[in-house]
Amino acid sequence: MKTILTHLGVALMSTTMMVSAASAETIRWARASDAMTLDPHSQNQGVTHTFAHHIYETLLDRDVQGTLTPRLATEWNLKDGDPTTWVFKLREGVTFHDGAAFTAEDVVFSLDRARSAKSNMRQLHADVAEVIAVDDLTVEVKMKGPSPLYPNNLTNTFIMDKTWSEANNVIEVQDYAAGEDNYAVRNTNGTGPYILQSREVDVRSVLTANDKHWAETKPAVTEIIYLPISDNATRVAALLSGEVDIVQDVPVQDIERLSGTGGIKVETGPENRVIYFGYKFGDAPLASSDIKDRNPINDPRVREAMELAVDRDAIKQVVMRGQSIPTGVATPPFVNGWTEELDAYPAVDLEKAKALLTEAGYPNGFSITLNTPNNRYVNDEAISQAVVGMLGRIGIKVALSSLPITQHSPLVMNSTTDFYMLGWGVPTFDSAYVFNDLVHTKEGNYGAYNAGLYSNPELDEKIRSLGSETDLDKRNATIAEIWKVVKEDRVLLPIHNQVLTYAMKDNITLPVHPENQPRMTSVTLD
Amino acid sequence: MTTQDSPTQHTPAPPPRPAGWLKRALDSDMFYSWRRSPVTVVATVVALALILMALFAPLIAPYNPFDPSSLNLMDGFTPPATKAAFTDNWFLMGADHQGRDVLSSIMYGSRISLLVGVLATLLAMSLGIALGLTAGYNGGVIDAVIMRIADIQLSFPAILIALLIFGIARGVIPASQQENMAIWVLILAIGLSNWAQFARTVRGATMVEREKDYVSAARIMGVHPILILIRHILPNVLGPVLVIGTIGLALAIIEEATLSYLGVGVPPTQPSLGTLIRIGQQFLFSGEWWILFFPGVTLVLLALSVNLLGDWLRDALNPRLR
Amino acid sequence: MLAFIIRRLAQSLLVMLVVALISFMMFRYVGDPIESMVGVETRLEDREAMRDRLGLNDPVPMQFLRFVGNAVQGEFGISYRLQQPVTELILSRLPATIELAFTSATLALVVGVVLGVFTALRPKSFMAAGVMGASLVGVSLPTFLIGIGLIYVFSVELGWLPSFGRGAVVELGWWRTGFLTESGVKSLILPAITLSLFQMTLIMRLVRAEMLEVMRTEYIRFARARGLTRRAVNFGHALRNTLVPVITITGLQLGSVIAFAIVTETVFQWPGVGSLFINSVQVVDVPVMAAYLLFIALVFVIINLVVDILYYVVDPRLRVDGGGSGH
Repeated sequence: MKTILTHLGVALMSTTMMVSAASAETIRWARASDAMTLDPHSQNQGVTHTFAHHIYETLLDRDVQGTLTPRLATEWNLKDGDPTTWVFKLREGVTFHDGAAFTAEDVVFSLDRARSAKSNMRQLHADVAEVIAVDDLTVEVKMKGPSPLYPNNLTNTFIMDKTWSEANNVIEVQDYAAGEDNYAVRNTNGTGPYILQSREVDVRSVLTANDKHWAETKPAVTEIIYLPISDNATRVAALLSGEVDIVQDVPVQDIERLSGTGGIKVETGPENRVIYFGYKFGDAPLASSDIKDRNPINDPRVREAMELAVDRDAIKQVVMRGQSIPTGVATPPFVNGWTEELDAYPAVDLEKAKALLTEAGYPNGFSITLNTPNNRYVNDEAISQAVVGMLGRIGIKVALSSLPITQHSPLVMNSTTDFYMLGWGVPTFDSAYVFNDLVHTKEGNYGAYNAGLYSNPELDEKIRSLGSETDLDKRNATIAEIWKVVKEDRVLLPIHNQVLTYAMKDNITLPVHPENQPRMTSVTLD
Repeated sequence: MTTQDSPTQHTPAPPPRPAGWLKRALDSDMFYSWRRSPVTVVATVVALALILMALFAPLIAPYNPFDPSSLNLMDGFTPPATKAAFTDNWFLMGADHQGRDVLSSIMYGSRISLLVGVLATLLAMSLGIALGLTAGYNGGVIDAVIMRIADIQLSFPAILIALLIFGIARGVIPASQQENMAIWVLILAIGLSNWAQFARTVRGATMVEREKDYVSAARIMGVHPILILIRHILPNVLGPVLVIGTIGLALAIIEEATLSYLGVGVPPTQPSLGTLIRIGQQFLFSGEWWILFFPGVTLVLLALSVNLLGDWLRDALNPRLR
Repeated sequence: MLAFIIRRLAQSLLVMLVVALISFMMFRYVGDPIESMVGVETRLEDREAMRDRLGLNDPVPMQFLRFVGNAVQGEFGISYRLQQPVTELILSRLPATIELAFTSATLALVVGVVLGVFTALRPKSFMAAGVMGASLVGVSLPTFLIGIGLIYVFSVELGWLPSFGRGAVVELGWWRTGFLTESGVKSLILPAITLSLFQMTLIMRLVRAEMLEVMRTEYIRFARARGLTRRAVNFGHALRNTLVPVITITGLQLGSVIAFAIVTETVFQWPGVGSLFINSVQVVDVPVMAAYLLFIALVFVIINLVVDILYYVVDPRLRVDGGGSGH
């Protein structure tokens, strides 16, 4: 009570007013959810990274084509004669928001922090042995073995100021288990193009341009108001009624309406994410099936029949309203190892599918339960529902169990599903990332998402060899060999690559980012 | 209030036996009042039509929307009264995003909504009446305990209780049975999350009723408490129970829709009206209005006619209001 | 009276404890908190390590004791999702929900009572039938659909009112109010209407039913016979006598308004505790859910207490047995 009274006078003067109309430089940016934290090493999650990229910076960046570009590091290469050490040359004349200079010490500190026990970024740095500052602007990263693709892992690892972190006692990543609050969760000091002005979690955050940023071209957008709006209809309505300028997560069914509305335009582009179905391998009968003495999925003819029954083009046309890229391989085209040949998929052939099922001993089909998430991927539940119908036509009776991702994900993690849908993004742009988690036998650090428990010792060996192979041609040949087997064996049933859609006022242009991490620095205004 | 005098000159409250009820109802003022109210007649006709449509859905529906293998995805988003682009199918109320006939979906969906609504409300009502009567009549410790439980129940939004029961069910029911059990879990969840309103109202009315002379008289005469409850108190608390019960039925149907909106309803392959609305709501801005409109209208008609019937029933049962 | 209040307080405490147990139990079964905290790329061993650090591997009774001990001190830990102290989060969101709930409840009460009295006094009029009909249509639509419909009409098509958020706010100490700015008040209109419709209908129907009932009593006939004005009879006698059930229901509804706000807040992106809660449920953010449930329980317990006391004040007959040693 007392607080209210004493603060009353002061507070009334310090009224925070909403900017009622967008001035030319202010962008009101809406998306479905908010960043989970401002601590740059606490979470490995896309929405959080996207927000952090505006305040903090990484050593390397990736452009919209997916190629690595310099950011805080200007050059990077393997040390002469030492394939296990990466050398990074740092950018000169960079300062943090508080004015402190950016040096190699900050990089050493940040990489060490990112690979500490409490960091969720640490698996990306699992092969790092040591990080050393050679001089003020050179950093060496010693790896445990040859790691030819390590720089790919650096595009979401942000650099913090060592002095600032020490002064504010945030040397360690926040341990929320111990109930710790952490200064870095709500305060920032990066080198990035924008400075955080205010933040109300889940409601709005305000960022303003950093005048002292190193980039030569100043961003067109000088103020960002970031607005998480979780409900699809409300988010679209906000753009239609002119209350926001950019909507990042646009439901596919609203694209037509939005692009047909005067003053609004829509940008689309492929995302680095594939949507696929997985199923249970092994001889043990399936828990959800009426075939009690064996596992029908384990028969390659059944898997082939399933693929022949799934009409990817119809899914694209009706469920996705054209906003998807059907594929026959469980990796997006951005990824090293993808080929057009792999990407091809067979035409629907119900007769052949039925014949294959009969041949396999299931003339009347069988029953199985499909687990699908319903709030994670674009129209995930609708895709699964369509697949239920398509498989029904060859006699496979699929029961659909639809859950939010928080409840769906444990089923996949614990392999307690017979048939499931999942999406897979490839942040390293390399096939090894797919193989490690989806194809390798589930053991140790490998196969965490191999929910179907597929196991092929020959492939496992090849997959493990990818991590340390320095001859890139040889490595690519191995990748091709692995893909050939994965595709022939139908380890997974890929459906399509997702397409991203951003909608915005027509005087604004924001190109689609393949990892769905758009930068407001890339916005151009007419 | 104090002058309101004693025993019941009530028409008998709706007794459990339908045959007797029917005979007496036709003779009684109730039938007369029903005929006198055109709104009620219309409501009855609409409600009956919807109930019959739901009951006989498998016989009269043009398609079977619950059989996924009969659907053709390419029929998706066919507008009402239009022939599909790639097949010979024709949809009076259009097709939804899966190529499902909206009319057939409504017929089958109403079945599920009505089943969930009626059973959940009956569950809530019987539980609420039993506990409310017990609490109000006995008072003291029993009252305190029951009302504290009611407090606890009320302290959770119905949606939360439903989520809780869903979560527990998920832990208890084996994965292969969950789809079949979903509807029963829903009934249990909605039923258990709504009984407290009944209990509180019944208890309040019982406490007032209990103090009346005729009840005291019966008690002094040594009439068994259960008989007193059923014969004297129950008829007098039925009025408020019907007010809550009618709204409760519509509420249960709507709660099912809200649970679907939050993603824990019946499976999308066997949609209820609520699920159909949730699905249709996604197409509000994109111009496929029929996917939302027809199920929405059906739900409103259903809830409205039930509410109107309840209104009339309440007035008819309460002779003082005529 | 004092003994009665003390007893009710003790009962309330017990209620809170049971709610704590229930909410704690619930979270053991709904979703997996670890999944919500980590990215999809996190490996199994990291997950296990986190599970350990969060104490999720401890025996369940121990987890519960720890939970209650902390809750008593207003300590609900750090939100898994937002990584901020839960108590602080809830306090920062509370003003938004209270302002919304208060506005909705006032709207519901005022409009509900007025319409209820009106329809009771002129039960046969065309207007009354229209109001009753409209009210029935109103309760026959799901809240989220009403909200989206209002947004569609008033924000998208007409462009009169904002479709989401609270608009500009003024800070009075830690309390952020939207009442003092034009955009704040404008933003409040659609969510308040959406949230109040259901309660409004309930109150209206109740007032109407009670009024009709009371108007039939000899007491009112007698008052009329005494030659009192229609106005005096209607409001001085009839309306006053409908107050007991109206107080009960309105009191109970105030709590459910806060609870029902979950859906409304989600649709309108209203930055209150309800949307905080539903966002937390989706990612199984246990600390926030626990704190929210206990908060709602506390609100209800207090409301129940107040309603019980009001009962005593309004209806003296209840005073005798309720306060005494039951039957």
